[in-house]
Amino acid sequence: MNTPANLKYAASHEWARLEADGSVTIGITDHAQEALGDIVFLELPAVGRVVKAGEECAVVESVKAASDIYAPVSGEVVEANQAAADAPESVNADAYATWLFRIKPAAAAACATELGGLLDAAAYGATLAATL
Amino acid sequence: MPLLTPLYESHLAAGAKMVDFSNWEMPIHYGSQIEEHHAVRRDAGMFDVSHMCALDLVGADARGYLRRLLANDVAKLTVPGKALYSCMLDETGGVIDDLIVYFFSPERYRIVVNAGTTDKDIAWMRGVLSGFDAALKVRRRGNDAVAMIAGQGSDVHERRHTGIDAVAMIAVQGPKARERFWTAFPEHRSASEPLGVFQAVESASASGDWLIARTGYTGEDGFEITVPADDATRTWGKLLAAGVKPCGLGARDTLRLEAGMNLYGQDMDEDISPYEAGLKWTVDLKDATRDFIGKSALATRRLDVQFAGLLLLDRGVLRAHQKVITPQGEGETTSGSFSPSLNQSIALARLPLNIAIGDEVEVEIRDKRLRARVVKPVFVRNGKNLI
Repeated sequence: MNTPANLKYAASHEWARLEADGSVTIGITDHAQEALGDIVFLELPAVGRVVKAGEECAVVESVKAASDIYAPVSGEVVEANQAAADAPESVNADAYATWLFRIKPAAAAACATELGGLLDAAAYGATLAATL
Repeated sequence: MPLLTPLYESHLAAGAKMVDFSNWEMPIHYGSQIEEHHAVRRDAGMFDVSHMCALDLVGADARGYLRRLLANDVAKLTVPGKALYSCMLDETGGVIDDLIVYFFSPERYRIVVNAGTTDKDIAWMRGVLSGFDAALKVRRRGNDAVAMIAGQGSDVHERRHTGIDAVAMIAVQGPKARERFWTAFPEHRSASEPLGVFQAVESASASGDWLIARTGYTGEDGFEITVPADDATRTWGKLLAAGVKPCGLGARDTLRLEAGMNLYGQDMDEDISPYEAGLKWTVDLKDATRDFIGKSALATRRLDVQFAGLLLLDRGVLRAHQKVITPQGEGETTSGSFSPSLNQSIALARLPLNIAIGDEVEVEIRDKRLRARVVKPVFVRNGKNLI
């Protein structure tokens, strides 16, 4: 399973990447897209929405099932990936290139703590191995 | 312990993602459910349906027994090989299962029932056997054992053996399914080419006795073939070599949904009568003297719902058991998914009466209400979009 080392992971199968401008880019993992199968619809959060870490804020629907996406960090949604919403199958094609939304944290320190609480690639990979 | 069909190794070799389905380990897809769906609509795909249970009914009273057991009337079957779709009802008029029965003679029939309901079906069918001169034989194989159940009147016994009579079933479906089948098995062409829709033929070859039926669960042309279990792997391999694409249960579900075909346990169950599931056409009341199980109760069942299709107008995906809001009251979706052929979400639903085809209703999905149009519950047939 593909789990890039430069990302942080939630046990609920989202990935998060801290950008140079302090925002955090979020998507779902390769394992998640594989488990969901053909993805046909993305319901992304409205720009401007303020979310808390762990809050449901998007839905990924495959032919098979709907899956809730949780915000890995707290902050304001500053961008949703409309190109992904227009071509949901791009998540299947490359789950790491196809980000879903970006969150701008209110405070960098709190965000660092939240990111620190997420899994690194090795730990996330281990949770997958444990469920197989 | 999960049950394996005789094609288990073939699925793994084809890259299947396996899932549990009614305690059977079955392929959900072999990579992309949507590609498999399109293969069946545009060319040919095949499904392992060996988890479904084939039963042979033999005996002087076989016909009389089925006229009691089933809501549809096997008396209309007069041409050998002709098949009939029917519900099997309990005394309250609820659906125990839906099935296909094939007629060979008034003393001999083949019945195919759903996988998830097999045990209760057999128990029910054995119970009804009492007093009829007929025997019911199960033609399936689990891991390595097969149960054989025989009933002669009330003398019912059960034994286990190692699969001599066990069969595997493969559905080959799509506009090119028959051609590709004949490429793989030219020896069965002369027997199967004259078959009309919902008709089957027993065709013998060096590899044993096959049943070739022009039936299916996809809305496309094709065959469902029943072969000796020991011949399953070779049969699958030859179809693969003839260009038939392996398809999983995922594609099977979207194909049947587009075709407007009910799924037992989802669109209907023992709490639902055929009248509430759009299956009134399968309840045959023409012979007033025929007393099938559930007949008297059907008169008391609710008639205040209709079974219809929904086409989602807003973006999203309909799923089973979502609330439908209409000016005439609430309804409920019974099956829903994304339709790969229409590139839009569709559902089957039970709706209040007085809602007409073409009306707009709302479906509650999470915290939103999305707009949907009421349509006839047949979305795609024979590769054609009917919406």
